Amino acid sequence: MNFLNTAATFVNAAIIQGIPLLYGATGEIITEKSGNLNLGIPGIMYVGGISGIIGAYLYEHSVETPAAFWCIVIPFFASLLGSALMALIYSFLTITLRANQNVTGLALTTFGIGVGNFFGGSLLSFFNESGSIAVITTGGYYKTKLPFADSLGLFGETFLSFGFLAYLAVIIAIVASWYLNHTRTGLNLRAVGENPATADAAGINVIRHKYLSTVIGGMIAGLGGLYFVMDYTCGAWTNNGFGDRGWLAIAIVIFALWRPRSAILSSFIFGGLYIICVYIPGLSSAAKELIKMLPYFVTIVVLVVTSLRKKREYQPPASLGLSYFREER
Amino acid sequence: MSKQKAVKEPFIHITKKRNDMIWWKAWLIRGAAVLLALIVCAFIIVLLTGYNPIEVYKKMIEGSFATKRKVWALLQGIAMLLCISLAVTPAFKMKFWNLGAQGQVLVGALACAACMFYFKSTLPSGLLIVVMLFAAIVAGMVWALIPAFFKAHWNTNESLFTLMMNYIAIQLVSFAVASWVTSGSGVLGLLNADTNCGWLPAVFEQKYFINVATVALLTVIMYVYLKYTKHGYEIAVVGGSENTARYIGINVKSVILRTLAFSGAMCGLAGFLLVSGTHHTVTETLEGGMGFTAIMVSWLAKFNPIVMVLTSFLIVFLQRGSSEIATAFRLNESVADILTGVILFFIIGCEFFIRYEVHFRKKHKEGEE
Amino acid sequence: MATAAIELKNISKRFGSIQANKGVNLSVNKGEILSLLGENGSGKTTLMNMISGIYYPDEGQIFIDGEEVVIRSPKDAFRYNIGMIHQHFKLVDLFSAAENIVLGLKEEGKFDMKKVCARVAEISERYGFDIDPNKKIYEMSVSEKQTVEIIKVLYRGANILILDEPTAVLTPQETQKLFTILRRMRDDGKAIIIITHKLHEVLSLSDRVSVLRKGEFIGTVKTAETNESELTEMMVGKKVTLDIKRTDPVDPVDRLVVGSIDVINHDGVKVLDDVCFTARSGEILGIAGIAGSGQRELLECIAGLQKVQRGKVLYNNPQTGEEENLRDKTPLQIRQLGVRLSFVPEDRLGMGLVSDMDIIDNMMLRSYRKGATAFVERKDPKNLADTIIHDLEVVTPSATTPVRQLSGGNVQKVLVGREIAAAPTVLMVAYPVRGLDINSSYMIYNMLNEQKKKGVAVIFVGEDLDVLIELCDRILVIGSGKVAGIVEARDADKNEIGLLMTKSDSLQEGGAADE
Repeated sequence: MNFLNTAATFVNAAIIQGIPLLYGATGEIITEKSGNLNLGIPGIMYVGGISGIIGAYLYEHSVETPAAFWCIVIPFFASLLGSALMALIYSFLTITLRANQNVTGLALTTFGIGVGNFFGGSLLSFFNESGSIAVITTGGYYKTKLPFADSLGLFGETFLSFGFLAYLAVIIAIVASWYLNHTRTGLNLRAVGENPATADAAGINVIRHKYLSTVIGGMIAGLGGLYFVMDYTCGAWTNNGFGDRGWLAIAIVIFALWRPRSAILSSFIFGGLYIICVYIPGLSSAAKELIKMLPYFVTIVVLVVTSLRKKREYQPPASLGLSYFREER
Repeated sequence: MSKQKAVKEPFIHITKKRNDMIWWKAWLIRGAAVLLALIVCAFIIVLLTGYNPIEVYKKMIEGSFATKRKVWALLQGIAMLLCISLAVTPAFKMKFWNLGAQGQVLVGALACAACMFYFKSTLPSGLLIVVMLFAAIVAGMVWALIPAFFKAHWNTNESLFTLMMNYIAIQLVSFAVASWVTSGSGVLGLLNADTNCGWLPAVFEQKYFINVATVALLTVIMYVYLKYTKHGYEIAVVGGSENTARYIGINVKSVILRTLAFSGAMCGLAGFLLVSGTHHTVTETLEGGMGFTAIMVSWLAKFNPIVMVLTSFLIVFLQRGSSEIATAFRLNESVADILTGVILFFIIGCEFFIRYEVHFRKKHKEGEE
Repeated sequence: MATAAIELKNISKRFGSIQANKGVNLSVNKGEILSLLGENGSGKTTLMNMISGIYYPDEGQIFIDGEEVVIRSPKDAFRYNIGMIHQHFKLVDLFSAAENIVLGLKEEGKFDMKKVCARVAEISERYGFDIDPNKKIYEMSVSEKQTVEIIKVLYRGANILILDEPTAVLTPQETQKLFTILRRMRDDGKAIIIITHKLHEVLSLSDRVSVLRKGEFIGTVKTAETNESELTEMMVGKKVTLDIKRTDPVDPVDRLVVGSIDVINHDGVKVLDDVCFTARSGEILGIAGIAGSGQRELLECIAGLQKVQRGKVLYNNPQTGEEENLRDKTPLQIRQLGVRLSFVPEDRLGMGLVSDMDIIDNMMLRSYRKGATAFVERKDPKNLADTIIHDLEVVTPSATTPVRQLSGGNVQKVLVGREIAAAPTVLMVAYPVRGLDINSSYMIYNMLNEQKKKGVAVIFVGEDLDVLIELCDRILVIGSGKVAGIVEARDADKNEIGLLMTKSDSLQEGGAADE
């Protein structure tokens, strides 16, 4: 029974860790399906988080008693707006101005982390307050569990004790998977990422698809940041608190072979690997660090194995990283 | 063909490749982009702080040049960033996207620190430094060769591979630090603080002199290597066209491996300079994001080592200046990242106006080319 | 007569200094197959690209069902129910046939792959296609891919179909199957234009034939009222006398002996089949053939760039008198053997040169290994670049200009100049005058003749039969990867060569056909 409890806590914690990764991975998959390798995702996730915090802070401080509805809605849309603007910068530079995707993405990450940490650290000083920023009321609303979760015993505690953003992540991943595989525009989008020249010849607006998928992908990824600051840390911001999770999300994209549905389980596995060292008894602190290496190591193995097997379905979108210019052949 | 095709297509505006722009014009555009970026940054600063941006920029300049110590700190910052930028350049010239400089630097630093840790009392400082240098170079080399091997033989995506290698390196460092540190703090602290064994000595009373001089030398070496040696020439051919490389009998695989070995070795060397010449310890944040910044430095300089001095100066100056204003105006240090980001966006974006031409549709019908 | 499904009147198109089409008139009726016949570079594909909206004509009118139309983009062409099946398939490899067929379509109603598959099946049944709609493109043979392309345009409701050299990539059996399908489509009321240069196919399939030669419209004849020799004459034209000074070979020696070479490409197609020939010193050996008949592979296997399944490539070293087998050697090994082989490949910027490098650095490609130091030496290459720029009148701002900025003719002069400067004993050139103006072309011919006088064995792959006949000493005619014949150029007959080129029916490779 004790073991079962520990296992349940572990699974629960793995899911909590996995949710931001899932948002990031789903967003990046949608982006990459259009042929854009957006290495700015880690930065976008920071911005998604801080935008939510700013929205919440401004709202909490403008009314006497914050209402639950607005506490949820304002940060949510603030977060979407922030990450959409970030993704737009990337899109404009890489799609319209055809800049190098790697360089632009890395610059965006630098910028995004800077924006996150700057506002996270300085927002209060603009209002002549001190200390670190925390929007606990909003965080509390974001953390609200399903009402019947507690009545379902261990199962409820393990799988149903999350705030709504956790479920939304899974839903978005499933919808993304359905969109990519079973809709007309999803098919067109995949064609853009595989072979933009062919897509163009078939009358698909390549530029529009690239813009839309990059911006929507960025917005989804940004929600991962929002989940982290609102749910995971209860509305408190710590600089660099989000850590390298953005890169882990990019690793998941590879691990899940560019499939949003596989990304769900992959994210939870990676979330688990991220914290498993805490749950293995008797580990030295050094061994814990070694175990934290696992997600990256596994990703490399997947990358190598897929390139060895050369199975076409498992490869990255064929035009990934290349900008499209119709007159260039 | 592409040129001809565009001539009569009735688009509202068409953009297309242009013959190379005269170099000074291109640099004029880049300069204008930086200027524009600084203006935008000024707006951002005013918006955030309400201070006079001129004041702020003045503070920034003071932050880098006010005292001799600050100038040396600036030089040291440039040297380290430049060193890593030089390291990634040959690979980029070959169109091998090595995003793993961070990891390569870290393993170099780790190897170096390990030597300091294990040989502290057994070797004299001079010999220890040689061993450290060697260990760092080999470690960096190995770290770069792993992805290169898979790229050369199975075309495994190198940017994703090297990216993952970064985090393995970070964890390796954490692992080593955790195994070496027995006290509760979990911080390694200065290695051999008592003996200074394995520390690069100060020259002309300047702690960073050796670092700066080494990188200055490396800049020249890299410039010569890329421009005047057979290896450098082969790199350019492989980067330009793999088919042509095969046509004249270049073994593309071995060029990839050789170049990445060199690239990784230089990253390892940067790790050595960071440990032996700068921090005398190792932490997982030792390279401070320079691995990624270096990619931008190299790319912005169009892979020219001499121009890289300029671009790395620009970035280090910005970062140091921003942290100066951060303290002076009680802002958060991250303002540096924001300003760097904005300036990078402008420089990245301006390349478009160098490489492409924007036509707006006018009355005249037929193009005259 | 009924109104034509599509009619072109006086269409002209020029690319820079090259007149691709001039005053072309043609029409196709519903329920008719028209062949568009012409040699490589005669402007067939350009003409069809104007119908399908890829290019826009400089002059002339297009009528559809009697009404004048303007076709500015592929979308416009779709709207007029024009469907083009390109030689290079525009398919997404990773998608299934059905997915490719509906790609980019804006149909009403729910997106339902089952419905799509059902419609594909319906079309297949109607015309006799044999296709699995769920099969992925990358698993398909070339002929299956072509089927997908055809169904794609039919699915979009095309009434006018244009096929660009559809049989170039098919086996005889597949060709027969395609023809049956095309006839069925004709009987169903479709208007079909098929671009080809294979005479027997023209005769067996089409109702009428329109002929283009060097961009000009020669005429249209009814298939029933013509024959092979008349068509050949229309296609290649009367013999044109060129002013190329040809000398007689002096002391020819067998320099390169190619014996029974087979090459199978990575698609599994046999692109060279039992090819044997000898290139002699002091002689120009011409290679004639339809584009994509195996010329590229032939040169590449001599140069050490192509894997050979069978046969040998023997080189007779004039210095040592020894014989070397070049088969299975890398380009570097070949050079280390002391074989002085120069090669001007068809893809100048993609293979012969590095487009981002300047002229001097491109000169170094052959010579950079010289010297014992680790450093490259740029003085000789600079001199060479200056010499070439001066002697060959290369138009360039300077020797430090990247070659991608030069025009096609100047690029070619740089490449040929470099290859000749290597003092070769064997010089292979592929389509050296493609895209060049008259003056530059003659300069190249003269350079080849100079090399011949020096005792070099020159192998010249060309497309203009007049040039081949006037420049070369012997002409090897290659058809579908096989040697169709070797003729003495001095008493060669143009029509005879044309017939040899087009006669063979066996499989062909279409990879890098005319661009």
